Amino acid sequence: MNAFNALVRKDLVLYFSNRRSVIMSILAPILIAAFFGSLFGGGDNKAANIPVAITDLDHSELSGKVIASMRADTALTLSEASEADALVQVKAGKLRASVTLPAGFGAKAGNALFGGKDKPEIVLNYDPSQSMVLPLVRGLLAQHVMQTVSQSAFSGSGSVMKGMREQVLKNPQMPAGQRDELVTMFDTIAKVQERSTPASGAASAASAAAGGPTFSVPFTTREVEASSKPETHYNSYAHAFAGMGVQFILLMGVDMAVGLLLMRRLGLWKRLRAAPLSRSKLLGSRIASTALIALIVFAVIYAVAMAIFKVRIDGSVIGFVAVLVAFALLTASFGLLIAALGKTPEATRGLAILATLLLVMLGGAWVPSFIFPAWLQKISLFVPTRWAIDGLDAMTWRGLPMEAAVMPVVVLLGFSAVFTALAIVRFQWEE
Amino acid sequence: MNEVLQARGLRKAYGERTAVADVSLSAHAGEVLGLLGPNGAGKSTTVGMIAGLTNADAGSVTVGGTTLAADEFGFKRRIGLVPQDLALFEDLPALANIELFGALYNLPKATLKKRAMEVLAMVGLADRARDKPATFSGGMKRRLNIACALVHDPDVLLLDEPTAGVDPQSRNAIFDNLEALKRAGKALVYTTHYMEEAERLADRIVIIDHGKVVASGTLPELLRVLPAAQTLAIDIDGTPDLAALQRIAGVKQVQFDSGTLSVGLDDLTRSASAVLQAVSASGVSVRHLSSGRANLEDVFLALTGRQLRD
Repeated sequence: MNAFNALVRKDLVLYFSNRRSVIMSILAPILIAAFFGSLFGGGDNKAANIPVAITDLDHSELSGKVIASMRADTALTLSEASEADALVQVKAGKLRASVTLPAGFGAKAGNALFGGKDKPEIVLNYDPSQSMVLPLVRGLLAQHVMQTVSQSAFSGSGSVMKGMREQVLKNPQMPAGQRDELVTMFDTIAKVQERSTPASGAASAASAAAGGPTFSVPFTTREVEASSKPETHYNSYAHAFAGMGVQFILLMGVDMAVGLLLMRRLGLWKRLRAAPLSRSKLLGSRIASTALIALIVFAVIYAVAMAIFKVRIDGSVIGFVAVLVAFALLTASFGLLIAALGKTPEATRGLAILATLLLVMLGGAWVPSFIFPAWLQKISLFVPTRWAIDGLDAMTWRGLPMEAAVMPVVVLLGFSAVFTALAIVRFQWEE
Repeated sequence: MNEVLQARGLRKAYGERTAVADVSLSAHAGEVLGLLGPNGAGKSTTVGMIAGLTNADAGSVTVGGTTLAADEFGFKRRIGLVPQDLALFEDLPALANIELFGALYNLPKATLKKRAMEVLAMVGLADRARDKPATFSGGMKRRLNIACALVHDPDVLLLDEPTAGVDPQSRNAIFDNLEALKRAGKALVYTTHYMEEAERLADRIVIIDHGKVVASGTLPELLRVLPAAQTLAIDIDGTPDLAALQRIAGVKQVQFDSGTLSVGLDDLTRSASAVLQAVSASGVSVRHLSSGRANLEDVFLALTGRQLRD
């Protein structure tokens, strides 16, 4: 039997007969990727509604309209509660935020729109552990309040405009010319609004439905997923499986390195070296077996991701395989380098796990690298795991062509070559 | 006898520390060469240099007329190494372990299968071929450790403390295996710090201390460095005639201390009766009588001034 094949076969048999290692390498990344994938939106990419409570201390027509408008917003799950109850629920983490519309809100808001000094204060309590939700709730609240108050302020039947007109007429300090111009403007707006209202007392919403002018957000948005192919949709599981696969396969590489150190301790390495085998065959077989195991494990992880979590290779299949192969070689050379630098299995395992976790963290396996500060994003380009994850993302949900896999593959192979060269130089051959 | 292994002037230093200063030895086909010395004497380093695992700073090793430098793979094929550690894959069945190590020597598949079963049978583990070493006793693992080194049918077997930590019964079983190998014409180099093992197994013994050969030869040759090969100890009441005892042929040494008379002899069978007659003639009564043989421990003590297990 060929010695090289026998050594590779031995490593494969030993690895796959160790149930714990197999479970760690296959099941653990699947479970964690499933968790992270669902956390970031899952396959349908539908964000979870934000639970928010609102307290209406004004009980005016305007505050009622604001609440109705917010209730109709699909981004929010709105409930009404007393101010105290709402605060308790936010503190308990059951709600992300609570909004209190103060007494006098309806009367003051319209005037405040025209520069009135007495602005109503809306209290917004938020969960400090969910601070990223705050700007979102604030933005949605501003949108609904502005839309509702503007419509009310400029409607013909609205009291705001009438009140403003009265204030202008009664202001003795205002120059007569300016007073006349403002009164004319208020009267003109009132006439336009009255003409466009189909029946007296009807809501402005009905006016809008009839095609008349109304006040609303001055733009609409068309949200389009920026993926390469129209049929390609973002699947957060794809990124999660790439990240977790990279992490656990690198940890498998650490295990293989520690196994090599254990072989040395047990005298097995001595026995292998006593055989008529070249150094290249001894180390080469180890690289080959580790790379094969990495490839098999990653293939199984992706098979599960495709079967259950609808992850698809929307880019180049050849590119996807090339990235996997390059990463498998990187894992093997990384393991060999650890074995070459390590002294004892125990000390090496701890340090190697720390190094691996740093690599996967900087590679964007846990959280996408765009969250990193700019300087860290630049540094992460020198981390091979970043290229592995970017390459797998490119070939899966981004749906990019083969060309997008070339750079990640080249970088991964480059790192593999450097790691292997360092390992050979530092490898301790003599006992 | 055919000299299979020849090592000349082996030397190895690790920094300031000299592990092996100047070791020369040879082993013949059908012979067990014992390499005896205390822990740290340089036995394992010597074995490492012979096996080609450790680069010697000086000296040469020839196996079957081949050197490591001239034909590394041919050289290594002639050697079987049994490391001091249990160098086994615990999660591979016994047969798979042997087949793996046989495969490293590129044995053809059919030959490999046949040889693997042969060596398993030889060490008495044929019925445990499919079991993993993790389920074996210490003695069984030691035997499997030896079998793994035999599968490629080497001319020279290097055994580095192969019975470490095994019970007496398993040790005897291993000795039987090694004696069978010796009869089959293999040259065995057996390192140990147990003088009893060297005495039982070795045809010739090389005693090493501090990386140097302090003595070598057959057991009788080594015992000759001692004043007497055997001892007669007699507990008596009274004072013996020491001068009369010293005149007896074959008596090398006579001592009397605290009622015990110690008489060193070349050969107990030839001189014991004459000693007892002389004691009786001196009019003392004998309370207790015992005899003993000098051993390698005594030789090591005589040569180095230290116990073998110091």
